[in-house]
Amino acid sequence: MHEELASIGKSIVINGELSGSEDLTIEGRVDGKIELRDHVLTVGSNGRIKAQVSAKAIVVLGQVTGNLNATERVDIKESGSVEGDIVSPRVAIADGSHFKGSIDMQKKDQPEKGVGTFTKPDSKTKSETPKTETVPVNGEFARV
Amino acid sequence: MSTVEKNGGLSGFVSRLSRQTPRSDDEPSRVGVPSRVAVEPRTVTAVSAETVYASKTLARFLDLLFARPNAEVMDLGPVIGSNITFLGERVGCKIHVEDLYADIDRHVQHDKLDQLPEFLSGRFSVRASSIDAVLGWDIFDYLAPMAATALAGELMRVLRPGGVLLGFFGARASDDPRYTKYLIEDEMHFRYRFYPSACKRRWVLQNRDINIMFAGLEICETVLLKSGVREILFRKRILS
Repeated sequence: MHEELASIGKSIVINGELSGSEDLTIEGRVDGKIELRDHVLTVGSNGRIKAQVSAKAIVVLGQVTGNLNATERVDIKESGSVEGDIVSPRVAIADGSHFKGSIDMQKKDQPEKGVGTFTKPDSKTKSETPKTETVPVNGEFARV
Repeated sequence: MSTVEKNGGLSGFVSRLSRQTPRSDDEPSRVGVPSRVAVEPRTVTAVSAETVYASKTLARFLDLLFARPNAEVMDLGPVIGSNITFLGERVGCKIHVEDLYADIDRHVQHDKLDQLPEFLSGRFSVRASSIDAVLGWDIFDYLAPMAATALAGELMRVLRPGGVLLGFFGARASDDPRYTKYLIEDEMHFRYRFYPSACKRRWVLQNRDINIMFAGLEICETVLLKSGVREILFRKRILS
């Protein structure tokens, strides 16, 4: 027997605080605050959210205005729109989606990164690079 | 040491220019994509055409960025998922997406371009000296002088001392109504993806204009591509 998924239909409007301990799909409208600490929130293509959202994972196909905080990932699909700040270790944003805000993917429990962990392209990649001759200058350029 | 110092200044540049052999830096590069994928050079004509280009400044930009722990980057272009992944997961910085190209289009569509300088003057909500790096792309090619000056002023305000700004400055205007998305392929390559725009690339900034506009910044690297596009990496001076 499969577990029925919780969902909020597209004619439903909620003003206030919404919390739960199961995955949830929202096709309606929610204004306020959403908290699904260990579960997945899916904002369906008809969903309209104006809220601060906290969840394990957040998938956006509709419209969200507000900050998103996910402990695992945020996934904005092609039809999705987010205006707000995202904090999550993984963020996937599809081409064609709309996003306005900031994205912070730093893991708060990790030590600050230091100089030197950035990896340069390996020698193989460099050897494949065709020799390009650019003109490094600081002031004047060729007129075209 | 600046590049010009290493290469003998303007006279050295002119003599070097006369000795130039044909360059390939504006040809679609075959690297930066998996080797199993055959990428033939293509002429960029369609809006959807994509090509991969080598960049001499991106690696330096990333080096400078990576030397700053918990860096904050401001991207003036549209959101690009792969760039977010690259900057967020590999470089580990916080990214502010501020799509100014969409702002320009909106002003064009509402016939309010004259209000753009004022709009840009108050565009960013971030604090002064709070941003470590700005990806400015080619935004200045689409801005009239007053708007460009307003934007440059704002960018200099939000940059931290030592912070860097990467900008591309074209050599010619164009009648093509399109913008370019710059997808970071790796530390040395961009993939160009074109998309329709409401305005055209109209403004060609001379070097003196750029120097005046960014008087608060120093140029730490300039690369001239065959197309005439100048990739310029600026850095905000550190006050002693």
